Amino acid sequence: MQNDPFICIDNVTKRFEPDAPPALDAINGEIATGHITGLVGPDGAGKTTLIRLMTGLSRPDEGRVLINGKDATRSHKDLHRMIGYMPQKFGLYEDLTVQENLGIYANLKGLPAADRQAAFDELLEFTDLAQFTGRLAGALSGGMKQKLGLACALLKRPRLLLLDEPSVGVDPISRRELWRMVQALVDETMAVVWSTAYLDEAEHCDHVLLLSEGRLLFAGPPADLTRRVDGRVFLAKPPASKRRAILSRLLSENLARDAIIHGDAIRILTKDETSMVGVTPPPAIVEVTGVLEPVPSRFEDAFVDVLGGGPQGRSLLADAMTIHADDGKPAVEARGLTKRYGDFTAASDISFSIKRGEIFGLLGPNGAGKSTTFKMLCGLLTPSEGEGRVAGFDLRTATADARGRLGYMAQKFALYGELSVAQNLAFFAGVYGLGKKRAQHRIETMLDVFELTQYRKVSAKTLPLGFKQRLALAAALLHEPDVLFLDEPTSGVDPITRREFWSHINALTAQNVAVLVTTHFMEEAEYCDRINLIYRGQTIAEGTPDELRNAIRRPEVEAPTMEDAFIELVRRSDTQEAA
Amino acid sequence: MTRQESLRSVWRIITMARKETLQIVRDPSSILIAFVLPLLLLFMFGFGISLDANTVRIGVVVEDARPDARSLAQSFQASRYFDVTLAFDRRAVEEELVAGRLRGIVVIPSDFTERLRRQNPSAVQIITDGSQPNTAQFVANYARGVYAVWQDKYLRDEGRNPPPSIESQPRFWFNAELTSRYNLVPGSTAVVMTIIGTLLTALVIAREWERGTMEAVLATPISRIELLLSKIAPYFALGMGSLILCAVAAVFIFGVPFRGSVFALGVVAAAFLLPALGQGLLISAVTKNQFVASQLALFTGFLPATLLSGFVFEISSMPELIRVITMFIPARYFVTSLQTLFLAGDTWILLLPAIRNMVAVGVLFLTLTYFATPKRID
Amino acid sequence: MWRRIYSLIIKELLAIWRDPKGRMTLIIPPILQLVIFAFAMTMEVKNADIAVVNLDNGYWGSEIEAQITAAAPFDDVYRLESVGQIRETIDAQRAIAVVHIGQDFSRQIGAGEPANIQIILDGRKSNSAQIVNGYLTNTIARVSTQAYGGPIVEPLRVRNWFNPNLEYNWFTVPGLIATITLLTTIIVTALSVARERELGTFDQLLVSPMRPLEIVVGKAAPGMIFGYIHGSFFIFMAAVIFKIPFSGSLLLLYASMFFYLLAVIGIGLFISAISATQQQAILGAFVFASPAILLSGFMSPVENMPNWMQTLTLINPLRHFLVIAQGIYLKGLPALEVARNTAPLILIAAVTLPAAAWLFRKKST
Repeated sequence: MQNDPFICIDNVTKRFEPDAPPALDAINGEIATGHITGLVGPDGAGKTTLIRLMTGLSRPDEGRVLINGKDATRSHKDLHRMIGYMPQKFGLYEDLTVQENLGIYANLKGLPAADRQAAFDELLEFTDLAQFTGRLAGALSGGMKQKLGLACALLKRPRLLLLDEPSVGVDPISRRELWRMVQALVDETMAVVWSTAYLDEAEHCDHVLLLSEGRLLFAGPPADLTRRVDGRVFLAKPPASKRRAILSRLLSENLARDAIIHGDAIRILTKDETSMVGVTPPPAIVEVTGVLEPVPSRFEDAFVDVLGGGPQGRSLLADAMTIHADDGKPAVEARGLTKRYGDFTAASDISFSIKRGEIFGLLGPNGAGKSTTFKMLCGLLTPSEGEGRVAGFDLRTATADARGRLGYMAQKFALYGELSVAQNLAFFAGVYGLGKKRAQHRIETMLDVFELTQYRKVSAKTLPLGFKQRLALAAALLHEPDVLFLDEPTSGVDPITRREFWSHINALTAQNVAVLVTTHFMEEAEYCDRINLIYRGQTIAEGTPDELRNAIRRPEVEAPTMEDAFIELVRRSDTQEAA
Repeated sequence: MTRQESLRSVWRIITMARKETLQIVRDPSSILIAFVLPLLLLFMFGFGISLDANTVRIGVVVEDARPDARSLAQSFQASRYFDVTLAFDRRAVEEELVAGRLRGIVVIPSDFTERLRRQNPSAVQIITDGSQPNTAQFVANYARGVYAVWQDKYLRDEGRNPPPSIESQPRFWFNAELTSRYNLVPGSTAVVMTIIGTLLTALVIAREWERGTMEAVLATPISRIELLLSKIAPYFALGMGSLILCAVAAVFIFGVPFRGSVFALGVVAAAFLLPALGQGLLISAVTKNQFVASQLALFTGFLPATLLSGFVFEISSMPELIRVITMFIPARYFVTSLQTLFLAGDTWILLLPAIRNMVAVGVLFLTLTYFATPKRID
Repeated sequence: MWRRIYSLIIKELLAIWRDPKGRMTLIIPPILQLVIFAFAMTMEVKNADIAVVNLDNGYWGSEIEAQITAAAPFDDVYRLESVGQIRETIDAQRAIAVVHIGQDFSRQIGAGEPANIQIILDGRKSNSAQIVNGYLTNTIARVSTQAYGGPIVEPLRVRNWFNPNLEYNWFTVPGLIATITLLTTIIVTALSVARERELGTFDQLLVSPMRPLEIVVGKAAPGMIFGYIHGSFFIFMAAVIFKIPFSGSLLLLYASMFFYLLAVIGIGLFISAISATQQQAILGAFVFASPAILLSGFMSPVENMPNWMQTLTLINPLRHFLVIAQGIYLKGLPALEVARNTAPLILIAAVTLPAAAWLFRKKST
């Protein structure tokens, strides 16, 4: 029994459209009881499709999924008796209370009446929701919804727990708590499948299936994959003023396999051939960067390596934008921005200023007040107190043309899905009042820079995710704004696409464009020059990524991540409030 | 199935049905569709739509100033069907007719008295506004009636006996006064119940698909039949509730008589809810999307129930093809049954075939739904 | 400014047209309405079933029967054997009316005595029963004059102006031009902002240099364009398929249609501004459109409504435009009357359009 895997994925292929590449392409894998199996990959990799196959709710076109030795699509009833499934968005009835949601799932799963109260008590205590039983599920925070979803999935103790992206939209603290809970549950009788787009989460799994565009790239313990790039990862710490120039040289001269900004440093993955030397950095790189310090490799480094390395060459965007003059004044300024809805304060006394050529991050969990602050700056919301200025204008009252100074890329790449790539660009060119000739020129340039020419006539909604993101950025930059606002620009995309995106943004800063990024996504925060950490509507810390990390450095936390910093700073803010 | 298993099955159905009820009560848009919209429609049909042409505005042009002509004009003025504008020149009222402020003109010409003496009565001219054909017919018919009564009296006053004639003696059964509200209000109950049975049901289930809760529920041991039953039960109850609401409003607010039995009303309504719910479930199973579901429900449920059910427009007057289509519109049978129950009574000779037809359409829809309800997501 | 508006209009049109769902909402409803409204909406009586109980063995009884059978709106004429069958025939709705001719009907006529005929009608269908009664009474009156040898003259000369044969189509089809454009325009405009809200693109528009007024103009244009297209399609169909006479000025019709569409667009954008999702927008459009159509004079005359409700219908754009459309088609409505009915439309637009523009910003959260 011990050797028999609990789930056996046997050469599974699944297509949704006959012409498109398959959503899952001949996947083989095994999932065992007794630990957490991570289903890892960017959006569109096929994670949800694979989980649905395991629930038996979807049927593979080829191959089969065996669960406990039985075909998932055949033994429907038996299967559903032993699984606990939490779909994306948690599968909760938002207009019902916590207790009612639990009651429904308990009944549906046939939990005997005698065991109910005990099970509820245990789960409510476990998830810390006991004091909220009367609250509507829709009124819970993301983290609480997630816990309730988990509690519902755990009723009548399933043998197979399937969690589809449980950590999306949830703050890092709740994420860790959830992780700990699930880990506490796992034993030899239970298998857990946890799907995620976050690579740092993958590192904590006992076993991962790494998916990308429907193909399985790796199966096994994450450390096995990470080990492949051991000795090839270095940090360079050039002066801040030169950091971006050095990065673009590394990439344009094709010196490293991968290089990204990581707080105050540049994180470099060297090419294969240099790895045998062990921890000696390749001299060609040292020549550009100066001293290199070897660091432990991470799952992401290995993933990028498997995908063939980060993007090479330089962003053509730099040539496509005129350089804005730096008048020394702040490009964006928030002075005591406050927004109240009745008794509730969504944002309280938020102040910061962004220089030209700077990337500034507003970091915080969903619902912390990032979007409120962001919208007050854009002029979409009227502040209750304080004021926001963009390029010297208060956009709430400024003339329409002043708004033309701002470029805006909305969350999830809000584009007009029905319109083709060229039509989308033409629309934004028109909206920003570009003359006919200039519009034509700019559209061609953007198609060129973002390599969208071949997709010119394709409807935006059918573009691959990475190209959607490029199009959204192209649309925001058509009119050469001096301030660029980005709302969660790279959450859910694969690391290569993210690198491409940031290489464009880096190029912009050289043209003195100020960039404001809002994100709840820690990896994104690393790319920023400075970060304002927002929690419960208030700024709890501001500084460079390294300053924030250093602020919490203690002997026992040697190399804190951005997430560690976030959690610790939030904890401190909580204790301060309590005091 | 063991006893324990069937118990669990029943318990699952009850659970989901209870959940559905809670959701309806808590969701404002459900309340809008389930309670506000029905009342709005009921009031519109009760007060707004009336086919009783009881006060048609007409003009009476009196070109003959002699007593007989004046007496005829007075007869028109006295009629409760007409709201008369007197004029002595045609042109003034003709313009009003064009503008739509008058629906007819009675012209009593200058030689009226002479013609009357010569017993050549076709002197009086009725001009109707043909752009409103229904009203035009009423104007002509009522004017004939007014004239016939006046002529009778005139002849008697002259000491002459009117010539013998065949007298038509119409008897309007069930609705002697021909109050159109009496058949519109019961008929609109069918529209209201279609909204709840089809539109609301389709929307709510489509929403479960959109929000991802359906996925979570499908991964539990619930079966398709259980799922369907648990969706039908609460909307069935809601539909019955709205029936009571409509019936009470019909009797106490709109003064419609109720001559049938409550039992028969319940049976007929239950038979109607079967296809109505079936249609709603079918739509949501096929579309899984609130936007498309709402459009389909409006175009295949609400519109036919309003226009093709025979409650405003006579089915027998429609072209052949549409008449065939109406056979599959359950509201058609329900409208007739309701009108019968309210105005005539428990006429089983009419109700039984209607019930049979509704059940047949219902079984058809539910069977289709069963096969369209996915066990899987794709 | 014009370039911005122009871009928005082009985008709106493309977004509707390139989306299969959008195309469906533009093509299917008008066709369905053409079929359902134009053919099914009729207050005329055709193919009505009639039953006769003729207990008279004489000539006049069968003459009545023959004349009824020959009359236009009657489909089947059943013969019943006895008075006892009348109840069942009416109850089961086998016939809408039963003509009951008494035993000594012909004898009475022969003797020069007044005779009578009973007509039993199904009051559950009050309108049809009334019309059928009109037909039967006329038929009987004709036989009556024959029977007693009187001169065959109608006591009154009835002239139906504008529509001599009272064709019901002549009433519905011009009215359809008004209702169809209402439905098209309300759906297109109600969805326009709600769709962008749902997709998250609306904020992007608001942070662009577009002014709320420009957005309103850009969002109004597609409703206007599709309203005119559908309107013209129906004007064309009215001429070619339904052969409805057109006695007024086409120019006036198109001119007043502009203000009518503007009023409807104002309401549509208002609905759109307050809805967060497309589904809410559809329901909102429905909650507006159904009373607007029911209480416009299209289903039953406005003057039959209680006074307070007549006052309420003043805010219904369809009520005013219906008078214009039907008037121009059949009556050659003069310009002054057209203007008089257009004025309220302008007023409605003047209230709803600015309200929508204001709500665009207000509701953006």
